[in-house]
Amino acid sequence: MTQQQTAGPPAAGQADLAEEFLDRQTPLSRIRNILHRYPALSPAIVLLVAVVVFGLLNDRFLRFENLSLITQQVSVVGTLAIAQTLIILTAGIDLSVGAVMILASMVVAQLSVSNGIPGPLALLVGLVVGLGAGALNGFLVTRFRLPPFIVTLGTLNIFVALTLLYSGGSTVRGSNMPGLLTWMGSTFPIGPVRISTGVVMMILLYIAMAFILGKTAWGRHVYAVGDDKEAARLAGIPVNRVLMSVYLASGAVLAIGAWIQIGRTNAASPNAGVDLNLDSITAVVIGGTSLFGGRGSIWGSLLGALIVGVFRNGLSLAGLDVLYQTLAVGVLIILAVSIDQWIRKVKS
Amino acid sequence: MTAMHVEPTGTAVRQPILQARNLVKTFGRVVGLDGVSLDLYPGEVLAIIGDNGAGKSTLIKCLTGAEIPDSGELMVSGQPVHFKRPQDARLHGIETVYQNLAVSPALDVASNLFLGREERLAGPLGKIFRVLDTKGMRRKAKEELSRLGISTLQDVTVPVENLSGGQRQAVAVARAAAFGSKVVVLDEPTAALGVRESNQVLQLVRDLRDRGLPVILISHNMPHVFDVADRIHIQRLGKCAATITPESHSMTDAVAIMTGAATA
Repeated sequence: MTQQQTAGPPAAGQADLAEEFLDRQTPLSRIRNILHRYPALSPAIVLLVAVVVFGLLNDRFLRFENLSLITQQVSVVGTLAIAQTLIILTAGIDLSVGAVMILASMVVAQLSVSNGIPGPLALLVGLVVGLGAGALNGFLVTRFRLPPFIVTLGTLNIFVALTLLYSGGSTVRGSNMPGLLTWMGSTFPIGPVRISTGVVMMILLYIAMAFILGKTAWGRHVYAVGDDKEAARLAGIPVNRVLMSVYLASGAVLAIGAWIQIGRTNAASPNAGVDLNLDSITAVVIGGTSLFGGRGSIWGSLLGALIVGVFRNGLSLAGLDVLYQTLAVGVLIILAVSIDQWIRKVKS
Repeated sequence: MTAMHVEPTGTAVRQPILQARNLVKTFGRVVGLDGVSLDLYPGEVLAIIGDNGAGKSTLIKCLTGAEIPDSGELMVSGQPVHFKRPQDARLHGIETVYQNLAVSPALDVASNLFLGREERLAGPLGKIFRVLDTKGMRRKAKEELSRLGISTLQDVTVPVENLSGGQRQAVAVARAAAFGSKVVVLDEPTAALGVRESNQVLQLVRDLRDRGLPVILISHNMPHVFDVADRIHIQRLGKCAATITPESHSMTDAVAIMTGAATA
């Protein structure tokens, strides 16, 4: 108000406006605007560059067998990343995804092998386990208003303990299971490439989730709740119901992930997947989804999972120690979040 | 969806669209509202002013369903109503623009206008797969914006976070005024805005009124209130101290009534 009275400040205000216009014209900020509008674009570029570079470094990298192997290695983390993306889009985080998946896989395997329950029924019970775990997380987040980080830190430990108690710490081998349970590990050829059923399942899940998030009111509400919870509530969105459904949906996805995991490792092991919790978060973050919620794309998470897979595979083909793979993933995470922060400055 | 905003202004007996009678609301030992009555007529801007703690917010919350009054009556178009939650008020056509702007920054203008009342495609795609009618909603959003005379928002596909403060406020106001609402309640719509943007919003308020949509405006800003209001309801200590018009009283008078230094 007082600025209006003096001669100088109005001119400064004008300059601000002009600057705003000029800012749009610079090539760098134009790139930033595009990246802001299409969050999956930056991970897509990173993936493309990584594939080209690793292809040039080692000619074995681009062979069909190797590419097929990468997709199979990515199938479990990629599926968990779907569940994780849903939670992170609502400004939450789920530290228990890997534990839920392993619990479900142990229940499915034990039921069919030790209790002789038929495969389809065992898988159905696995789905119930996933939904139950999601319901527990969702209930604690919506009813007790606890931060998702704390809730899932607690349930992570609970689910890990339950898995060990239930299984007695022993692994169930795939050769003892009915064929349906290990079906996700079977491969079929498409041209020169061998594709595993698990990879197809993962891609189908991505297509379904991309459709739901992009084309339905529920998907829009998930984004709105993550973007600004209070604004969503005032707009008449049942925030708690949306959150609950997000945790349930991610539980269902995790149960399918358990099926893929059994096929991929041809076993159900209570000690598997210790890293999977954090790996799924890594995939989502590298995929450009904001940890603050409301922004991101499900395809970004697939790209994020593929980037991690490509880096691990490419670096190991280049003959580097495993520790360098971990180092590279760490650098990737920090880079991804830095880029995210930079993109976010489009208008603040 | 029917547009029934334009009321004949020359009718002999004007019936208030919204009436409140003897609203009382206490919070423990604190009396928020102590028997407040209010009438809102079609096509008027009614400003509510008052010092902090005078009961402005409580009054508005009771009118919009955010609080349930202990006693007193509410009537919409002469029919008694009881609001238990904001959705109830919304169903009766009372839309509120909250001070903190209930818009979702990352969603575009059209999505924000339809947030919480999305429309699906006709046919099996919409019924079975629940696919949103994005194109239709964008088209309707454009129509609604031009009907409301909001010209500052040309592109309804722009995310709201890329808009200026005044444009965001326009989105929030448009959402409240669109789709057959009867009353628009604006809580401090110019508090966070610059001079030029405030003027845009005030113009928007006048435009709404000229289209026959009554507006309740809560503001601390006396020049803004005296600029657009037809009548001014002054709250003091939980009661309505006076209802004045910008013609009958000056700003100084209003402040004097507000602070208890004078009576109407």
